[in-house]
Amino acid sequence: MVTAKELTFEYIRRDADGNPKGTVRAVDALSLHVKKGQFIAIVGHNGSGKSTFARLLNVLLAPAEGTVFIDGMDTRDESKLLDIRMTCGMVFQNPDNQIIGQVVEEDVAFGPENMGVPTEEIRARVDDALRTVGMYEKREASPNKLSGGQKQRVSIAGVIAMHPKCIVLDEPTAMLDPKGREEVLKAAHMLNRKEQITIILITHHMEETVDADRIFVMDKGRIAMDGTPEEIFSRPGQLKELHLSLPQATELGEALKERGVALDTRVLKPAQLVEALCRLR
Amino acid sequence: MSIALEHASYIYDKGSAMAHEALRDVTLEIADGTFAGLIGHTGSGKSTLVQLLNGLLVPTSGRVLYDGRDIADAAVRKRELRAKVGLVFQYPEHQLFEADVLSDVMFGPRNLGLDKEEARRRAGAALELVGIDETVYEQSPFDLSGGQKRRVAIAGVIAMEPRVLILDEPTAGLDPQGREEILSLIRSLHQASGMTVILVSHSMEDVARFVERIIVMNHGSVFADGTPAEVFSRATELKEIGLAPPAVTEICRMLKEQGWDVRTDVTTVEEALETILSGLAHRSPA
Repeated sequence: MVTAKELTFEYIRRDADGNPKGTVRAVDALSLHVKKGQFIAIVGHNGSGKSTFARLLNVLLAPAEGTVFIDGMDTRDESKLLDIRMTCGMVFQNPDNQIIGQVVEEDVAFGPENMGVPTEEIRARVDDALRTVGMYEKREASPNKLSGGQKQRVSIAGVIAMHPKCIVLDEPTAMLDPKGREEVLKAAHMLNRKEQITIILITHHMEETVDADRIFVMDKGRIAMDGTPEEIFSRPGQLKELHLSLPQATELGEALKERGVALDTRVLKPAQLVEALCRLR
Repeated sequence: MSIALEHASYIYDKGSAMAHEALRDVTLEIADGTFAGLIGHTGSGKSTLVQLLNGLLVPTSGRVLYDGRDIADAAVRKRELRAKVGLVFQYPEHQLFEADVLSDVMFGPRNLGLDKEEARRRAGAALELVGIDETVYEQSPFDLSGGQKRRVAIAGVIAMEPRVLILDEPTAGLDPQGREEILSLIRSLHQASGMTVILVSHSMEDVARFVERIIVMNHGSVFADGTPAEVFSRATELKEIGLAPPAVTEICRMLKEQGWDVRTDVTTVEEALETILSGLAHRSPA
């Protein structure tokens, strides 16, 4: 679904007068492959290049060197720009910056309207998208009366209504409370399972990655670690060097093992640790 | 400086069809020098409460008292109040604007009417407290990393030498190490200055490890108020109002349900580790 080859992007640093004074390489010869239908998590410290990479996927930025293929389309090919953006939708961190409609359903209809979808079909797509994220009941509400988690779900519905094959979520939960975070994560997993939409979730919260098929850890614009959640979280030392942490349940599991408790499995979630402990009794 | 709210309520758009009661009859007292956490889901009234605390909003009914004085009293100068109550907003780095780091931090003290030398002295002290050294004073704040920018923005508030520091989600958008750095910084600021610190956060894990008291807001009222152990021992109720207790608290609660002899008021990995080890030692022979 997504293939990056030797992908490189540089930001130009400018002085107060706007004259260039150097470059910062945000993405550095990065290569990766995401299969259709996978749920991918990308983690990495602030400044590791995650968001730049995300913006390269739906051509908000164009690569300086290397290539990205989205469903076989080269993002450097300008004639494919709209197709790529329809194939690979994007949800950003701040819900207030991406909702434009006065009414929830109008906001969700904006994407398909822009694509020239016939009116009756827009109606159907909007209703479907809102049902999918559990916001159908609020379709006639004003977005500014919604909670953060609800607004993010409307943003996601707006992307789904364009029928993308892939959705990139760039820290969609950073500004949300625990309930809002759970709602958004549930919606993302549901889209992945039921609609087979490829999901690329960028996050700072390790707990949100434990159900992913695969985790990419970024550092200095490159992929520093790559594996299943079990594999990634079995290397706490390396994660710490990359300024990251373990999910709290994993940390507690590791601490118990260090103190001689013979847990028979690596735990990622609270319930797993409880089960493993109960097996010891 | 002690802060007290007496039956404080706040209604947005009072008298209109849009009237909305964001805060309902809140009475609480925060003693001088406390390090408190303020939590609650979106729309619980946290932000309204914070704005009452530094006089950005005046309660519709009830009173807000600082050291026993009503802040609505005409004799209390709002400017002085805001100098004493520093508020660090969410994403404070978005408010950086000066050409260089030092000028940005000096802006607050200068605005209080202090002369250049005093503002420079305070800015230097504040930057030192947040761990920004002199080599970056002349740099544009926009060239710093995200974590550095945030520390500079916090220094800008500290340089006003407030007696109460309120931080709204100071770790939002930071990576795990950045979160740890900012929280440790806030803890050392609290210890070094004896300031009253109020940390507004969604992250129960973070709050539990650092504060001595947690105030939970729900539907505009105080839902729970106590030590982290006291508050998180009400895990089931917290979940009902959309908050998640720390994962380790949840683990101990589930173990207890399975008949383990463990404490359920643990809030940190270390506490959970000890109680589970002791639970294992005392397990009944299977």
